[in-house]
Amino acid sequence: MNSVIFNNALRFIVLLMLQVLLLNNINFLGYINPYLYVLFILLYPFNGNQTLFIFLSFLLGWGVDIFEDSGGINAAACVVAAYIRPAILRFSFGVSYDYQTIKFSSTQPGSRISYVLIIVLVHHFVLFLLEFFNFAHLLLLLKKTVFSAAFTVILVFLTLALFSKKSR
Amino acid sequence: MQQIINFLIRNKNNILFLLLLTFSLFLTIQSHSYQKSKFISSANFLSGGIYSWTSNINSYFYLEEYNLRLLEENERLRTRLATYEDSLEISTYRDTSSFDADYIFRASEVINNNYAKVDNYLTIKSGSRNGIERDMGVVTSKGIVGIVENVSPNYSTVISILNSNSRINAQLKQSNHFGTLVWNGDDPNVVQLIDVPSVAPIAEGDTIITGGRSLIFPKGLPIGAIKNFSLDQSESYYNIDIELFNDMTNIGYVYIIENTSQAEIRELQNLSKDE
Repeated sequence: MNSVIFNNALRFIVLLMLQVLLLNNINFLGYINPYLYVLFILLYPFNGNQTLFIFLSFLLGWGVDIFEDSGGINAAACVVAAYIRPAILRFSFGVSYDYQTIKFSSTQPGSRISYVLIIVLVHHFVLFLLEFFNFAHLLLLLKKTVFSAAFTVILVFLTLALFSKKSR
Repeated sequence: MQQIINFLIRNKNNILFLLLLTFSLFLTIQSHSYQKSKFISSANFLSGGIYSWTSNINSYFYLEEYNLRLLEENERLRTRLATYEDSLEISTYRDTSSFDADYIFRASEVINNNYAKVDNYLTIKSGSRNGIERDMGVVTSKGIVGIVENVSPNYSTVISILNSNSRINAQLKQSNHFGTLVWNGDDPNVVQLIDVPSVAPIAEGDTIITGGRSLIFPKGLPIGAIKNFSLDQSESYYNIDIELFNDMTNIGYVYIIENTSQAEIRELQNLSKDE
């Protein structure tokens, strides 16, 4: 149990620093940035305390916001993503989630992809919606959401492959 | 009472979610109103310290370019100084038309700069201890950068001209027709000048300078050149796209401008407003 807490705390700090110091400065093609810190929300233990989880996600998002001077857009996006995560888990992993016995590393690749994709899309959509703050640039909003989400999803799976345990 | 507590415990996740969402929306909305200080900005001790640490490493890679820029500026200033000394020998005439108020320039290092978002900010490595105050102008040798917004003892945040809330007075170099400089959030090299009356004589390639009607920038600082222009719907004002002289994606060092007569002028203006 202690190693779980330690792992998540370490992941929180490393992802926050990685995001604000490196990933926010990529600006691929001028406007596409990956938001890898969503990985914390994706990997938080499925049977962990939901109240604590929502609060931690808020802190993570707000941390990024403070560095970025962006008000509360990342915080709002993180809170929404954390709040709807149980529903997405049930949708993607079906019955096995209800028994709370699954681990992320031992799931089907197909359901794993749908889980990551939905959470990332929801998070990015809320993020960019609040950043633009109106519907006048709807096309640019959707373009930014889709491209950034693709970038993030690729990075998420690369990171998972890099840090997965060999003994599977 | 028991039921209320039970209800709260049962719905604690929903309540926490709504509370945190409201709080972050409040922060977001507050960040969109221009004249308000932020709750917490990146000019604080922790994030400012981390940013200045990384920019120490980063600035090393751009040393050559910054040196070139300084050389260029030195060259220009020396040329001006030479003509100034020449004119001094002939007569005691002194040209004060371009900088008529007393301005103090302070140099500082940029430790964080965004340009890819709709509302962009910079963080610089000087704060109230170095004499920086809110609403001072920030420029480079090539053009304007923004206006100081939040100040902490050692750091300050600057609202970039690449920010949808930024409004800066600017004018044509040829005539005195002025307008407002805004940004549509699209291209970090192109800003827009609006509210220029259609009687103004403009052409592509014309230079745009600061207007000097605000108390922040002195008159005559370069901004950019006209890229293209069109009339608005009522056909009485121009919408002008301006290509910036400054590369906003690569700013290493800036000057912060203090207008020493700002307080005096503001007091005077308030006096006439009261009457």
